[in-house]
Formats: sequence, structure tokens, C-alpha cells
Amino acid sequence: MNAAPLLRVENLGKRFGGFVALDAIHLDVAQGERLGLIGPNGSGKSTLVNCICGTLRNESGRVHFSGAPIDGLAAHERTRLGLARSFQLPRPFATLSLAENLRIPILYTVNARPGAGVPAREIEARCADLLSQVGLADKATQLPRDLTQIEMRKLELARAMAAQPKLLISDEAMAGLSHNEVDEIISLLIRLNAQGVTVIMIEHIMRAVMEFSQRLVVLVAGRKIADGDPREVVRDPEVVRAYLGE
Amino acid sequence: MGAGKFFGLLLVAAAVVFGVARWIDNGYVFFAGYVVLQYIVLATAWNILGGYTGYVNFGIGAFFALGAYSTVVLHKLTSLPIPVMMLVGGLAAGIVGLGTGYLTLRLRGAFFSIATLALAVVVQTLITNWDFVGGSRGAYVLRPRVAPLIGGDYIQYLFLLMLGLMVVILAVARGIERSRLGYGFAAIRDDEGAAEASGVPTLRLKLFATALSGGFMGMAGAPLPYYVTYLDPASGFSLSYAVNSIAMPLIGGTATWLGPVIGAVLLGTLQQVISVTISSAVNLLIVGLMLVGFVIVAPNGIMGLLQARKGRR
Repeated sequence: MNAAPLLRVENLGKRFGGFVALDAIHLDVAQGERLGLIGPNGSGKSTLVNCICGTLRNESGRVHFSGAPIDGLAAHERTRLGLARSFQLPRPFATLSLAENLRIPILYTVNARPGAGVPAREIEARCADLLSQVGLADKATQLPRDLTQIEMRKLELARAMAAQPKLLISDEAMAGLSHNEVDEIISLLIRLNAQGVTVIMIEHIMRAVMEFSQRLVVLVAGRKIADGDPREVVRDPEVVRAYLGE
Repeated sequence: MGAGKFFGLLLVAAAVVFGVARWIDNGYVFFAGYVVLQYIVLATAWNILGGYTGYVNFGIGAFFALGAYSTVVLHKLTSLPIPVMMLVGGLAAGIVGLGTGYLTLRLRGAFFSIATLALAVVVQTLITNWDFVGGSRGAYVLRPRVAPLIGGDYIQYLFLLMLGLMVVILAVARGIERSRLGYGFAAIRDDEGAAEASGVPTLRLKLFATALSGGFMGMAGAPLPYYVTYLDPASGFSLSYAVNSIAMPLIGGTATWLGPVIGAVLLGTLQQVISVTISSAVNLLIVGLMLVGFVIVAPNGIMGLLQARKGRR
């Protein structure tokens, strides 16, 4: 953790009208880290992701990625820098086949970066490879509407992975999944992390969070109230109060 | 099939169409055929924005008439050949498309459509009050009797130009479908936020689509003054251009280049036949009835119907 952080969020603030969604958030994420981000519903987790990824503009504060400020960059420019996300509710490209869904980030992100991209004749193989990594290889030509919930989540993750990110933000990829399905997604994310991808996992399922995270951050009502070792953070009285009430 | 081979086939098809029309040697075939070809171009141009990226443009009349009125201006000031006028008309409409896109593409869904509708009203008001191009009185454009290069009646020349424009736009539309650009357009159509998250520069792509779509509509409109010889705002901005150019891709199918062609040939020919046999006023009624019918029976158009049948087998 002595090197400069991959992602640095400084004093970030965001309000919707009079409602303060995020209040002076500080967050450093080191290269290769597995970070868990939790908080009650409406605590600002998704807003924070949206501000980091450029879907929303933060009113105050700064976001640095790979050592350079990325405020003001459009979402697609941030994706090209290596910042990929999955959406909380899967948002596949409904009229494109699964393989084509992955083709989009390859064409527009990987091949838009300077240096050698994926040559046209290898794109198909790359899509097939990504689909087999998430266990969807035999459905490559199907449309997203034919998928089950878990398959949809896997497609969402595969599409984020297709962009070959440095940092992957997984926004509640496991909500509503069964025990075994949660295990599948966790092992997928851990494998990805082992390949060198930094992962931020936003999740409500505490079992998954505790199993996955090396560090845990808690947001409550737009403020960061805890940041540290997961086992210590969940015993923090303030965190317990936020979740269970007084 | 490669793009070059496809272009070659289009050229052959166009040559056959022109050959057959000349062999029939009836002025009416060229008059009616010109309208059908013009609608193939308009429907395909609309589909580049409406079908590929999912942004419904109601302002077809504005782009089309811009092309037509730029020809009126050029006709009064210069004696350029019509192909050059088509390029100028296309350029003018394309630039307006780009500007409109820049102002309105932050709007989504119905709001974008309403903005394009407003554009049509604004442009029509401007033209109606511009005396140089005839204002509301309209403008006469006298055309030569004999066609340059190919001989015969002048309408044959206009027919040939529209045929050439059709070849170009079909090659472009099919080229887009199979390219990186086509995938980007499809991603925008399906989910703009997810497209951005996948690295697609959505605003730039949408601007390109509006400019290209508007440009081709302008090019389709540029020969119009020579076709009708008298152009006034009411006919140049006629509602039927907008209604037809949207109905045709919807009836044929918006997902591929072939859909608008099928829709335009079917509906365009039907309208021509009905104009001669029953009445020209029935036209829009026919479009409305067919649209209702297709929405019920084949919501993805004829191409969607064919593909569904193929998938079931």
C-alpha cells in the first residue's frame, strides 16, 4: 500500500436538490485491492459509483484514477481509462446476442486504447473466451431475454470484464441470488482479482462481503462512517447502530 | 458478402431497373418510379437514425425541403449540374442535422421527437417568409426538355440520379450495419447508459447519425424542384413525406437495410397505384390503415415476420 492509490476520491460531494446524497467522501483504493462497500438502502453507494464512473457529475471534490484527475471526463472516456462497472439491475443490449454484447466494449474500449487492440478476426474468439469464463459459452448466439437472473448478472460482469479494466466496480451483482449462485459470483470476482484487477464490491449480502473483502467501507446517509479491516468494521458500534438502530 | 460485391450487385440491380424502365418507354413509369426511389432513400435515411439508434425523427420534411430549397437558390443564382446541387443540398441539411442534434440529443424518447417536429415548423416558417425563394407564393423551376448525357425526356435523368442516390445510401446503410459504428448504434438503441459504460461515445455517434440521416434526406429533396417544376412550402414540407418515411421502415422492419426498401417499394407502389385508380387523397388513409395492421400483426415489420418464421423452423 505504499504506492500511489489506483483510485482516489477526495472530498466528494453530490446533492439532489436539497438532499445531500454524498457528503465529503474520502476513499483510496490501492492497486490490486478487494474492497467491500456496504451501507443501508439510500446511503449513497450507487451515487458514489455513478460519480466515480461519470454517469453523474459530482458538485465538489475530485476523483483521481491512475494518478490523473478524471473529473469532467465523460463516462465512456473513464471506461477507456480502465474503469468498468456492472449495473445493479442488469442492463444488457437487448437486441444483440450475448457474444455481440461483449463485442461492444471490445470494439469501443479495448480497441480505442492506444496500442494494439484485438484484431477483427480474434474478437469472436475473445467473446467466446469471456463467455466461457462466466459459464455462458453455450449461449453465445442467444438473446439476453432468454437468460435467467443469475445468467444475466454473469453477462453483466462479463461485459465489464470485456473492457479489460484496471478497476471493476460490481454494483450488487448478487442481490436475489441463491447461496450457490452467490458463491459462483464470489469465486469469479476473486479469480478476476487474482489476474490483477482491482475490485470494488457493493453488496448487501454480508456473507459475500466478509468472504470477499480485504477492506470494508461503510456509507450511511451519504457519509463514510467506517473504513478498515472487515472484522473490526462490522463490530464498530456506529456501524451496528446504523444497521440495527439504537 | 463483402461491401464491394454488394455495391456491385446494387449497381447491376439499378442498371436492370433503369433498363426495364427505358424498355417500357412510358413517361409515367419514370414519374411514378422516381417517387418510389425517393421514398427508398428517405426511408433508409430515416432508418439510420430511427432504426439503428432508436431516435425517432419527425422533422423529415425540414431536411427534405432544405435540400429542395437549396436547389431553388442554386437554380436562381447558378447553372450548376443537379448532382452538384444534390451534394450542396445534402451538405446544408447535414449541417442543420448536426446542429439540431447538438441542441436536442440530450433529450430522449418522445422529447427528442417533439423537438424535431418543432424544427420542421421553424424551417417551414423561415422558408415561407423568405421572398427570394418565392415565399408562400412558391417558386417556378423550369427544367430543360431533354436529359443531358442519356437523351430522352428530362424525367429519365432525374430518375437515374435518384437511382444512383439509392445505390449509395443502401451501400452506406448496409456498411454501417456490419461495422463498429453499427454495433455502437445498436448499443445506443438498446441502453444508452450501458453503452457509455462500455466505452461508446454516445453523443458523438448520435451526432454522426443525425448529420448523415439529415444529409441524405436533403440529397433526396434536392432534385424535387426539377421534378415538380413548381415548389411551394405547402408541398415541400408536406406531412406525407414525414408520415411515409416513418411508416415505410416500420412496415418493412427497422433492424436491417432491407426493411425500409421493402416498406418503401410496397407502400410507395401501392400509393402510386391508388393515386391513379381511386384518388390521391386516399394515400394517407392507406398508410394509416397499413400501420395499424402491421402494429397488430407484425410489430417488427415484414423482415421481423420473416426472421421469426425462420427462427421457428
